Amino acid sequence: MIFVENLEKKFGDLEVLKGINEHISVGEVIAVIGPSGSGKSTFLRCLNLLEEPTGGTITIDGEEITSGKININRIREKMGMVFQQFNLFPHLSVLDNITLSPIKVKKMKKEEAVKLAYSLLEKVGLRDKADAYPAQLSGGQKQRIAIARALAMNPEIMLFDEPTSALDPEMVGEVLDVMKSLAKEGMTMVVVTHEMGFAREVADRVLFMDEGIIAESGTPEQIFANPQNPRTQSFLSKVL
Amino acid sequence: MDWLTNWGNKLYETFIVDDRYVTLISGLEKTLIITVGALIIGVIIGTIVAVIKVLTEGKKYWGILNTLCNIYLTVIRGTPVVVQLLISFFIIFISAKDGTWVATITFGVNSGAYVAEIIRSGIMSIDKGQTEAGRSLGLSQFQTMKEIIMPQAFKNILPAIGNEMIALLKETSVAGYVAVVDLTKAGNQIKNTTYDQVNPILLVALVYLVLVIIMTKLLSVMERRLRRSDIR
Repeated sequence: MIFVENLEKKFGDLEVLKGINEHISVGEVIAVIGPSGSGKSTFLRCLNLLEEPTGGTITIDGEEITSGKININRIREKMGMVFQQFNLFPHLSVLDNITLSPIKVKKMKKEEAVKLAYSLLEKVGLRDKADAYPAQLSGGQKQRIAIARALAMNPEIMLFDEPTSALDPEMVGEVLDVMKSLAKEGMTMVVVTHEMGFAREVADRVLFMDEGIIAESGTPEQIFANPQNPRTQSFLSKVL
Repeated sequence: MDWLTNWGNKLYETFIVDDRYVTLISGLEKTLIITVGALIIGVIIGTIVAVIKVLTEGKKYWGILNTLCNIYLTVIRGTPVVVQLLISFFIIFISAKDGTWVATITFGVNSGAYVAEIIRSGIMSIDKGQTEAGRSLGLSQFQTMKEIIMPQAFKNILPAIGNEMIALLKETSVAGYVAVVDLTKAGNQIKNTTYDQVNPILLVALVYLVLVIIMTKLLSVMERRLRRSDIR
């Protein structure tokens, strides 16, 4: 589904990604772990071109999105993204946050979009918050709304950029629960995370990134129980 | 109480005799027409210039548009509005007989430059994550600007825009330079015909003050409405 070949990204002289090769298939849940500054978030943001790669190719469903010839808005419709800082639209109610892009981009009818929004709110357990504004919600609630908003576009792939890193500890669980149920439904997911428990329990595959490359990849068992690369070993000894 | 009766008589002589107050009313009308017209033109120009400047910042092929906007801002903000008014009336619109619409356009173009910078500062004040969220949902750059950035920016800049509106209203008092009989000019004319050097000027000042107070009230009502989403 997603083929990444030799992906590079430089910010000026700073080389953040130094040649990433990866293949993600349909229904896979990928956890990306690694020290900060290793390029995890940049890798994720390159997948929907929020960062423009400076080298290499990304192919999604057979379309090379890095060719510069495709309509990126159409590709982004297929990929939902959830941010560390939630990035809900503060001037819109929860319901309007969710229905905005189905109505504007997919030209869905308002009633239809509202119905969809309520079913997604049900799914993330926040049906009663439809008329609230983001400022009235807790961090965990905001992030669950952000997930519902991304799901409203019916994406094939969901990208999570450290979705629980800005949350108070007691709210991490509610967000991870929503993500777990998504994974169970067979959603293709790429999750940049510091939640090793989540990576171990839910991911099909774990990528360990360090200094702009994927230093090691494998099943959670391999990575967590029997890491081969000394850098993986040293990282895990610090976080586990 | 003698002075009160005297003052009353004086006011009667200055404003009521020969229906001189009519000049003031038509002057007020002109002032309001110029202000409202210039405001609309200013907001339209300002929005367009601000959006162009933000979207073309650092882009190769659209650099020319950015440069044009910068020239506009530099020239307009670098010359006094009275001089711009004279240029409009005596050089650009030389065949215009009625100064009112020349003044309206001139003040509009002038105000647009200030409004543009206010709106640009509003756009810059919105977190980059908002644009990223909009774009990641498949919205185009234009849709993101219109649906997400602008409504939030507008809320943040309302006080500054209000300030600009008030300044504009008062700035129109120099329209008399190009033969427009606005409120100030009307007051001045009455002063010259009646030799009353006090009351016409004070009345004109009072009218401006009342107009500004009304505008301030309207703005604060608007601000309160827009703050609805901030309630916790």
